Amino acid sequence: MKRREFFKTSLGAGLAAGAAVRLGGYDKLWAASPAIPKYDMVAVMGGEPDAMFDLGIQELGGMGAFVQKGQKVLVKPNIGWDVVPELAANTNPALVKRIIEHCFRAGAKEVYVFDHTCDNWVNTYKTSGIEKAAKSAGAKVVPAHTESYYHEIDIPGGVRLKKAKVHELLLEADVFINVPILKDHSSTRMTACLKNNMGLVWDRGYWHSNDLHQCIADYALYEKKPALNVVDCYYVMVKHGPQGVSKEDVVQMKSQIISPDWVAADAASAKMLKIEPERIDYIPLAHKMGLGNMNLDSLNIKRIKM
Amino acid sequence: MTSSFLRKFRILFSAVVLICFVLVFVDFSSLIPEKYINWLLYLQFTPSVLKYIDLRTIAAGGFLIVILLTLLTGRTYCSFLCPLGIGQDLNSRIGGKIKRKFRRFGYKKPFTIIRYTLLVLTFAVALIFGLYLVTLLDPYSIFGRFTTYFLKPVVLLLNNLLAGILGRFDNYSLHHVPVRGFALITYFIPVSFLLLTGILSFVKGRLYCNMICPVGTLLGLVSKVSILRVRFNEEKCTRCGRCAVACKSSCIDFLNHNIDVSRCVDCFNCLKSCPDKALSYGIIGLRSKVPATDDSRRKFVAGSIALLLSLPAIVKGQQKATPVPKKASTIAEKKTSPVCPPGAGSIEHLNSNCTACSLCITACPNKVLQPALKQYGIAGLMQPVMDYHKSFCTYNCTVCTDVCPTNALKPLALEAKKLTQIGKANFIKDNCIVKTEKTACGACSESCPTKAVYMVPYEGNLVIPETNQEICIGCGHCEFACPVTPYKAIFVDGNPVHTAAKKPENKESDIKKPADFPF
Repeated sequence: MKRREFFKTSLGAGLAAGAAVRLGGYDKLWAASPAIPKYDMVAVMGGEPDAMFDLGIQELGGMGAFVQKGQKVLVKPNIGWDVVPELAANTNPALVKRIIEHCFRAGAKEVYVFDHTCDNWVNTYKTSGIEKAAKSAGAKVVPAHTESYYHEIDIPGGVRLKKAKVHELLLEADVFINVPILKDHSSTRMTACLKNNMGLVWDRGYWHSNDLHQCIADYALYEKKPALNVVDCYYVMVKHGPQGVSKEDVVQMKSQIISPDWVAADAASAKMLKIEPERIDYIPLAHKMGLGNMNLDSLNIKRIKM
Repeated sequence: MTSSFLRKFRILFSAVVLICFVLVFVDFSSLIPEKYINWLLYLQFTPSVLKYIDLRTIAAGGFLIVILLTLLTGRTYCSFLCPLGIGQDLNSRIGGKIKRKFRRFGYKKPFTIIRYTLLVLTFAVALIFGLYLVTLLDPYSIFGRFTTYFLKPVVLLLNNLLAGILGRFDNYSLHHVPVRGFALITYFIPVSFLLLTGILSFVKGRLYCNMICPVGTLLGLVSKVSILRVRFNEEKCTRCGRCAVACKSSCIDFLNHNIDVSRCVDCFNCLKSCPDKALSYGIIGLRSKVPATDDSRRKFVAGSIALLLSLPAIVKGQQKATPVPKKASTIAEKKTSPVCPPGAGSIEHLNSNCTACSLCITACPNKVLQPALKQYGIAGLMQPVMDYHKSFCTYNCTVCTDVCPTNALKPLALEAKKLTQIGKANFIKDNCIVKTEKTACGACSESCPTKAVYMVPYEGNLVIPETNQEICIGCGHCEFACPVTPYKAIFVDGNPVHTAAKKPENKESDIKKPADFPF
């Protein structure tokens, strides 16, 4: 399918879905996914990051099913490390760019991109290629490196994490799209959707010193949940994560997992790394807390090979 | 050349130089490429001398150009190139405006004993003991500390105010920059010198430069044989004395038509002040009179020094609140040596070449470099030291080694820096969350760029850190990331002499590209 054709169809689909949603009377689309028609998850394999997203989002009814006209959207990639895209420590910039383009096409008023980085944020935004890619698509790439950008929120029901300071743009945005990259992780074994939330909050040290897995699961209780999770599995860091040492750590899997359910997307991601989801403590914890479904067998998954 | 042109040129030129220096030192977004910083600093006298001694190449010989310039034109360096001198001129001008009514410079005799004693002492101490007095008195380094310690925080506060206002309007083009102070005691010397140079220049023009500054005194000696000078036309002069009143250096003895060239900084104010155009700047024969010694102003100096010593430090930066840990760690970190920055080679090399100008400290994008208090002993006061409780050294960065004007930090190629071991990580298992809380953490291993800190199976599903010191470069990211307080569970002990780290080995993974979805 040519790109232009795709946009024509997806635009139509998006408009239809948007209209359906509006007629359906949904004001907000925070809660996990009532508007998704056919599938719980779409998994794509064999294409470039942007092309795979084009196909995948179409299967979920187009971006219009998630972003309405005039809304402010937060696209939250993983921009943690001062590392080039091929070394796969950060979300693929081509994917971030395409998601932003879809948001604007669906009528988004503003799209924001940030991450609370681990390495120096200025270098990290630049080296990752994400700042440039996101800006070229029209998004605002905003800083998140000082406490002044963060505001305290409550997490009702949190076992270990009852309060956190989150970035002001998470609070301000109408729609949150979570765009992690799948990686091996030295402490939690894997990072994808739920772990990516650590880039939304200020005090990560608290999580580390107060039962990291429980805190990761607890945070997912917070009311501002992602409308969509897009797990970048194009280049996958299979060892020495989350930062990586060299290209030997990276396997080109050319895949992508898209789902409104972040527990399900994490469970599928674990399988990509050949780890059983139960072995990654925060996944069963989040499942038990009712934050999503880790039983992939019970989900309606659309698998596409390009 | 007309007299008013010379003065205007001096003012314009020095303003540009001062602005460039201020920009270099307050550049908090690393916008200025190191190349331009090196150009600007090339002619700074003391850094250039030190770099030359260390490298022994003519390429580092900016000071030779300064000496040649002085032989030719007199102490133009002090008015055109020295940021501290230009800064004092600015302050002196403000003083002149405010105290217009009763500030008159007039001819004063030089503080010959004081200035030559300080010059000889600075040399002697440097040769026998180390750079103590050079660090204290080098005008460029003094200026560097002023901007780093006082001006930059003000600029940052203004930036943050503006960024906050713009942020309200959804504009993120400026970003908030945390303002962090240094250890309180490190402010003592900069505060003292700010007051000393500030008061002296406000009231007495260039008295600091002509009484204390060893660079000024040395160039003053050289200028005694300079070719171009300010000179009198005795026939035109009516002895009105306006030149002496205008002279910031108080070096014009108009009654005897004598100008003390060793104190004249070629500001050309006298040229403008003369209604009869009796003063001009041009070639002169080698006739010069050395003024006799006098001690009329000694009391004032003694008073200034007493004032200097009695002043407490006044500035303290804000500290980031650290999260309250569940349990306090019990085992103290045993650091045997401070960590000195990459490029230093060894603590000894750093201590014997650094004048604490603070350029590396202000340029460090991660703010890991802090002015040392007692880490290196008295020889290293205010020199840069890595503070891993505040920040860590960025793996892909060589900024400090690129900007250093004295070669105390030698330039390192990025690939060489990534294999320079400035310290080694040491793990304290009994402080570690994984052991004390039996919960996952691994913040140290996550942060490690070489995986010198890696995780091994522990109880149940848990993993716990282990270190491989051979590939550790001592960047301190592990120590910074460790959430345990008050003592960290992992810390970097400095290498007094830097060594080469082994390159991390890496093998292909057994996980391959999946042929189909594994779910």
